Amino acid sequence: MTITAEPAVQVQGDRVSLLRVLGPAHVWALGVGIVLVGEFTGWNFAADKGGALAALIVCWIVGLLYTSVAMIDSEVTSTVAAAGGQYAQAKHIVGPLMAFNVALFLVFAYTMLEVSDAILLGDTIVAKAGVEGLNHNSFIAATIVVLAWLNYRGVLMTLNVNFVITAIAYVSIVILFFSVSPWTQGAVLKLNELVTPGNALPYGWIGVIAAFQFGIWYYLGIEGTTQAAEEVRSPARSLPYGTMAGMITLLIAAAMTWYVCASLMPWEYLGITYYPLWDAGKLTGSALLENLLFIATLLAALASANGCINDAARAWFSLGRDRYLPTWFSAVHPKYRTPYRSILFLLPIALAFAFIADLNQAITFSILSGVLQYTFMSINIIMFRKKWPLGSIRRGYTHPFHPLPAIVLFCLCVVTFFAIFLGFGSQLIAMVAFYFLISLWFHFYRYKFVRRGAQFTMPWPKPQGY
Amino acid sequence: MARYTPPEQSKAGQVFDIAVVVVAIFVALWLPLKLGLAGAAKSIDALDAKTWEALGQNPTMASIWEKLGYTPETAHDIIQNRFHYIIDWPTLIIMAAVLIGYFIFLFRASDREYRDVINEKFGDK
Repeated sequence: MTITAEPAVQVQGDRVSLLRVLGPAHVWALGVGIVLVGEFTGWNFAADKGGALAALIVCWIVGLLYTSVAMIDSEVTSTVAAAGGQYAQAKHIVGPLMAFNVALFLVFAYTMLEVSDAILLGDTIVAKAGVEGLNHNSFIAATIVVLAWLNYRGVLMTLNVNFVITAIAYVSIVILFFSVSPWTQGAVLKLNELVTPGNALPYGWIGVIAAFQFGIWYYLGIEGTTQAAEEVRSPARSLPYGTMAGMITLLIAAAMTWYVCASLMPWEYLGITYYPLWDAGKLTGSALLENLLFIATLLAALASANGCINDAARAWFSLGRDRYLPTWFSAVHPKYRTPYRSILFLLPIALAFAFIADLNQAITFSILSGVLQYTFMSINIIMFRKKWPLGSIRRGYTHPFHPLPAIVLFCLCVVTFFAIFLGFGSQLIAMVAFYFLISLWFHFYRYKFVRRGAQFTMPWPKPQGY
Repeated sequence: MARYTPPEQSKAGQVFDIAVVVVAIFVALWLPLKLGLAGAAKSIDALDAKTWEALGQNPTMASIWEKLGYTPETAHDIIQNRFHYIIDWPTLIIMAAVLIGYFIFLFRASDREYRDVINEKFGDK
């Protein structure tokens, strides 16, 4: 699909489009690459909010939430295969204002995830160096700037790099798991002595609900696979396949990570450490595992930040292309064919937040945007099936048990909002206030610049009810 | 339906809109961080006796803390720094109302805009 006519993106009379160069492995790498860092940091804050057992319970239940996300997203994305992913879906199914908000959800979920990755990387290097007075800011800046440059240069190179480093980081979790003799307790792993009936749920069941907030971090970003829809050779096949394969990969990694970490450190420490897997490597007493997990933590953070820049820039690019934001953002680089102005615009925003936010604050901003987006998705699929019932248009994939996944997803989103309220309420208010204000700005001012009919580009019949 | 032709935006207008978005991002998201209003609402339940037993740590846990470089004194503020989950109902109700209001506005305003899109795209077909 070529981009719609905008003078800013034309080169010598020809339209400049994003290149269709990606295969299923790249889709997997984009999804898992963004998310895998969640095993290396962030998920463990669920233990802080509810105890070690709560972190395991939410790993499973939130896995159910994301299975619903993957099922719903696979159907809609395989039918609306356009850059911007959920943004393009909202534009065709709900309307421009919702699309504008969804794009912002995506941009902030990914930008704040990128910020979290950069903080993790900087702090891990500083901790490893052990030099008094060494500050993480220079490492954070270098990470964000170098990865932005990689993304500026081209999506294929970016995602090829991601594929390799994601695979290495994933293999390190598998190596750690099998190195600690997971089938025996007492030698290395001491789960029975660390997670006891007295401390498994230190806050009771309210702690389990509160832990939902960071349980999201096990998988947040897997839906990012759809951002590359316009650059995938066969979207109807590759996107559902890549997303589902990614979910299975992550469920296995999450279960292994929890088991090893909860069996190696007390929940109070697990709940506050920035690098639980690296700490697990240290606690095994093996220098090899310690160094492997140190490198894997850095690689996972790099892969995630890399994918986040890719996804956030494409969502921002789509907003410019559709005139929801100034068209200046819709330029494609004449040589590298990347949304370079969007990449450059988001760079200082990421840097500003990386220098001031703590890891759990940045993660919470990202989670909040993610949960707002999942809430939209649960309603979106109901509207999609209502406006175009099965058989009325060609779908690449039809998810089973509708509307059960949508209902499950919606209910789990409500629980997660409540979980964020428990302990991080002021951040929730700030984030929703931001989206509310910017929505008013769009609806009452910016919408006048939007071409109405051009928002609907799919070759579908008129939706039912209109 | 007559085709809607949006106005062309001047360069100055584009720069102004970009500035509005940047200001909104920083006021709503960056400022709460800068003012210390964001982050976990936790507090330390201080103990007089700072021993592993008083901190609820069994010998296995204590040995791991020590392996990680902590003593009961240095681990005290980590172990005793807890969430206190007291549900403030008025705040919860206000927050729920804001969230629901936000989504209702989103769907209703989007639907009005969507009707413009569909009318222009499909006309009377």
